[in-house]
Amino acid sequence: MEKNTVELPPTSSVTLRVNGLSRQLNIAPWTTLLDALREHLHLSGTKKGCDHGQCGACTVLVDGKRINSCLSLAVMQQDKKITTIEGLAKEGELHPVQQAFIDHDAFQCGYCTPGQICSVIGLVNEGKAKTMDDIRDLMSGNVCRCGAYVNIVKVAQEALERGEIR
Amino acid sequence: MRPFTYTKAADVNAAVQEVSTHEGAKFIAGGTNLLDLMKIDVMRPAHLIDVTHIAHKTIEENDKGGLRIGALVTNNDTAYNELVEKRYPLLSHAILAGATAQLRNVATDGGNLLQRTRCYYFYDTATPCNKREPGSGCSAIKGYNRDLAILGTSEHCIATHPSDMAVALAALDASIHVTGKDGERTIPILDFHRLPGDTPHIDTNLKEDELITSIDLPAKGFPEHYTYLKLRDRASYAFALVSVAAALELDGTTIKEARIALGGVAHKPWRKPEAEAILQGKAATTENFREVAEAYLEGAKGYGDNDFKIELAKRAIVRALEQALKMEAAS
Repeated sequence: MEKNTVELPPTSSVTLRVNGLSRQLNIAPWTTLLDALREHLHLSGTKKGCDHGQCGACTVLVDGKRINSCLSLAVMQQDKKITTIEGLAKEGELHPVQQAFIDHDAFQCGYCTPGQICSVIGLVNEGKAKTMDDIRDLMSGNVCRCGAYVNIVKVAQEALERGEIR
Repeated sequence: MRPFTYTKAADVNAAVQEVSTHEGAKFIAGGTNLLDLMKIDVMRPAHLIDVTHIAHKTIEENDKGGLRIGALVTNNDTAYNELVEKRYPLLSHAILAGATAQLRNVATDGGNLLQRTRCYYFYDTATPCNKREPGSGCSAIKGYNRDLAILGTSEHCIATHPSDMAVALAALDASIHVTGKDGERTIPILDFHRLPGDTPHIDTNLKEDELITSIDLPAKGFPEHYTYLKLRDRASYAFALVSVAAALELDGTTIKEARIALGGVAHKPWRKPEAEAILQGKAATTENFREVAEAYLEGAKGYGDNDFKIELAKRAIVRALEQALKMEAAS
């Protein structure tokens, strides 16, 4: 094999605030937030589905807002408060939205669930959903191929009624 | 993704300087479309300049009674802004008809204008595409073209511009404020995007070294009679087959002014002021709306799979104007 002589730009030091902890990484600029979380911080709860912002499996909260971590460069997320599925349970107690997914049987295979949960929390934080149709529209960035939508909508409805998000 | 270098620009001038001195450099803000296209090797910038740390993140009333929207305001923050909701609800509705909450939370208004077409062949690097590889040919004209353009096309490209926001901006006569190494200038929204002609690889009239700094809305926002009607294959998170931004100013049942802009039908938001003028001083009737619709689609050309869009667009214009008249704003 020919020796690869392409010179890659150097990695740089990037500090991410994830789930309340400051984490320093040496990463290349093209590392997405999703890859930084999964491959470098080993927080594998956030899932890689399509890697193109279509499925929502990679949804995390940045400063309380839901985003697709696959379409964001980690280097651009410094100094922001990043919350992943691993950061939701507090003192051994599930986050109310996590508990609601269990109570409403709102998942089957579970692959989309971390993204769905972060997205429901983002939905409540945004405060714009007033009707069931609003919920369906504003949750359209999270695909569930098992088709658990009916119960996911129930979770979102309950979360919106409860309102309190931490 | 191909390797690239990255820097953060401290202000507009630094960003403009940097882009002029780096070959293959691109600005990045939200990055939702750019990174997607970089992952599939359609866009290959050698250097990214992060512009998210410069100013232009606010929405403020300007000295002409209109609104100045900073280019870095996100799509969601714009759609849910109180002034926009109250004075330019057409813009709010159009923005919320596009993408998903996750994307709108990150995608900026400047970036929304610069998003690339969603033509399947532009995305498929295994097929020829004049927009992606100039001179390679257009796979869409004789290929599967259900989603593609019917107005302003050329023998080189039938791509559409995918933005909903830009369609509302076209109806509202917005202007785009930009800064380049030769200074600042203002581009009317209708001159911002281009028709494909024989250079379909160039989407807009923005120069390589220019950065969008704001979007300016004139005072008139048509908050009383407007609609954004978006027809698509599913009710959420799908691009428009045809969309219509319609706004009316009425004097009783007589039309003082009508604005109509179409999305999903051309390489740019489609406005035809001479056709809009047909409605001026006329009664707001379905018959008159149909007359405008016919004028709007004059010269439209189908490519097989998308032939249906010509009649669909006409009916969408009529329905949008009827909705605007009765104030059924939801699409």
